[in-house]
Amino acid sequence: MIPTVPQSGVLKWSYRAYVTLFFVYLALPLSVVCAFAFNDSVFPSLPWEGFTLDWFFGDEAPFIGVFHERSILRSIGTSAFVAVWVAGMAVSVGTCNAFLFVRHSFRGQGFLYILMLLPLIIPGVILGISILVFSSSVANTLEDATGLWFDGLRPGLILVILGQFSFITTFATLVISARLQKFDQSLEEAALNLGATKWGAVRQVTLPFLLPAILGAGVVSVLMSFENFNTTLMLVGSDSPLTITMFDKLKHGSTPVLNAVSLLLIVCSALLGLMSLLFQGRGSKG
Amino acid sequence: MTSDRSKLGFYLLLAPLLLWLVLLIILPHIGLFFVSISEKVGVRQYETGLGNYAVFFNEPLYWRTFARTAIMSISTTALTLILGFPIAYYIAKMTRGRTKTTLFLMCLIPFWVSELVRTFGWMILLRETGIVSNALQYLGLTAGPVEFLYNDAAIMVGLVYTSILFMIVPLVTTLDSLDDSMIEAGYDLGGTGVSILREIIIPHAMPGIVSGCIVVFMLSLGNYLTPILLGGKDSLWFTGLIYTQFITRFNWELGSAFGFLLLALSSGIVFVGLKLSRQTLSETMGR
Repeated sequence: MIPTVPQSGVLKWSYRAYVTLFFVYLALPLSVVCAFAFNDSVFPSLPWEGFTLDWFFGDEAPFIGVFHERSILRSIGTSAFVAVWVAGMAVSVGTCNAFLFVRHSFRGQGFLYILMLLPLIIPGVILGISILVFSSSVANTLEDATGLWFDGLRPGLILVILGQFSFITTFATLVISARLQKFDQSLEEAALNLGATKWGAVRQVTLPFLLPAILGAGVVSVLMSFENFNTTLMLVGSDSPLTITMFDKLKHGSTPVLNAVSLLLIVCSALLGLMSLLFQGRGSKG
Repeated sequence: MTSDRSKLGFYLLLAPLLLWLVLLIILPHIGLFFVSISEKVGVRQYETGLGNYAVFFNEPLYWRTFARTAIMSISTTALTLILGFPIAYYIAKMTRGRTKTTLFLMCLIPFWVSELVRTFGWMILLRETGIVSNALQYLGLTAGPVEFLYNDAAIMVGLVYTSILFMIVPLVTTLDSLDDSMIEAGYDLGGTGVSILREIIIPHAMPGIVSGCIVVFMLSLGNYLTPILLGGKDSLWFTGLIYTQFITRFNWELGSAFGFLLLALSSGIVFVGLKLSRQTLSETMGR
């Protein structure tokens, strides 16, 4: 069935109806989450009690809005801290990997490439527990040997950052490699002919060309880090990132303040997502 | 042209990759394996043995949950393929230009949002005081409130919702590369809609179908949020058992064994999927 081949009306319209229904299915959960952020009731459910902005700005119990709820504000800060570290590390290592896999050919390259892809097919929970088990045993050994404490290797923010980094780097590598493959290497050779040093040519010619992919990978890493739940759940210590805080509140039943946070998250992630597409779109034209 | 300096550059590029893979992927998994084959016999005393795996096979609750998780993930994958294929085909073949971009973006946006938010949306819709139950009462189809949450159907709805994008994207990519004239030729030669679907479209889309199925299966198998929140306390998902052993019971040895079994199942299915479709991991994942 393609537009150039005539089809019966019934078939065409039922197909369209199915596609419409599908998009309703996609939009429904997010729309209700947003709508109930404005319900003047302490439960995120019907009946509708009227419009309010208290779940954003309210400061009197039980109507405590996002901007006055300490635990949520703190966990947003924690998530942002983790996301910046993860994105920074993933993009740096990803750029190195891209140069390694695109520019060099060496023995064991194919094997290393497969290894590099593995984090994509390991479930997040398993990544989490394996890093937890490993770091704890290292910490135990070191503590027995030296008598000092190694809190950085116990569940906490450092492990959360490492855990997220361990699989987000794969995505960063793939995005940046794809762009580097399109680079015309004669440009770099021209810079060398004109007297640039090897590193100077990379810095002034190749890196600017890669910039859209690097920024795009950075944005995607921030998004993935903010959203991550499975790996984080296993490695989290006393400072919990936003998804963990929201999960705890959700399990115990909560006020529509969660809807308000979700609304903010939906807006921010849609904007960030569009931004990453924009970077990559500009990249493919350039 | 292998001078000492470019060799140095090569090792400098190789170092971060090796540090990442060895310290965060390889060694932790080897460690996980060794913990899973050690049995606690006293305070900080361990013996090597397969006792933890024996516990898994002797306790029906454990292996039944394992089988249940696998079967539900397979059904989720099948359902996602059946529901997603017509959508991907519509986006790839029935629309052009701006409409295509818009539809594609509309598919993408929900997936940039945290899975937690999406699941929360389904909770608001399906719970006893939720939208669906109220709508049914309003229409007079049911007399009282109905609870749609905390059953397997709710888990499936949530899992399909969470993973359908990962089916649609590879399908759209492969279907896009199918030349319309092939389908026209099929019609010219007297093919019916069904035979063209079976003999031209599906064989062409096979790489996309395989990579979509692999990703969806893995995501469902390793999911924790959706089964726990939509399935309630007794939902019994295998990742939930792993979490209980690690965090609540503090029985890391058994938890590691569970983790390894889940990893084996997931890699096994990926391997079989790739072999059956004669593809390699780098083609499927590396795109």
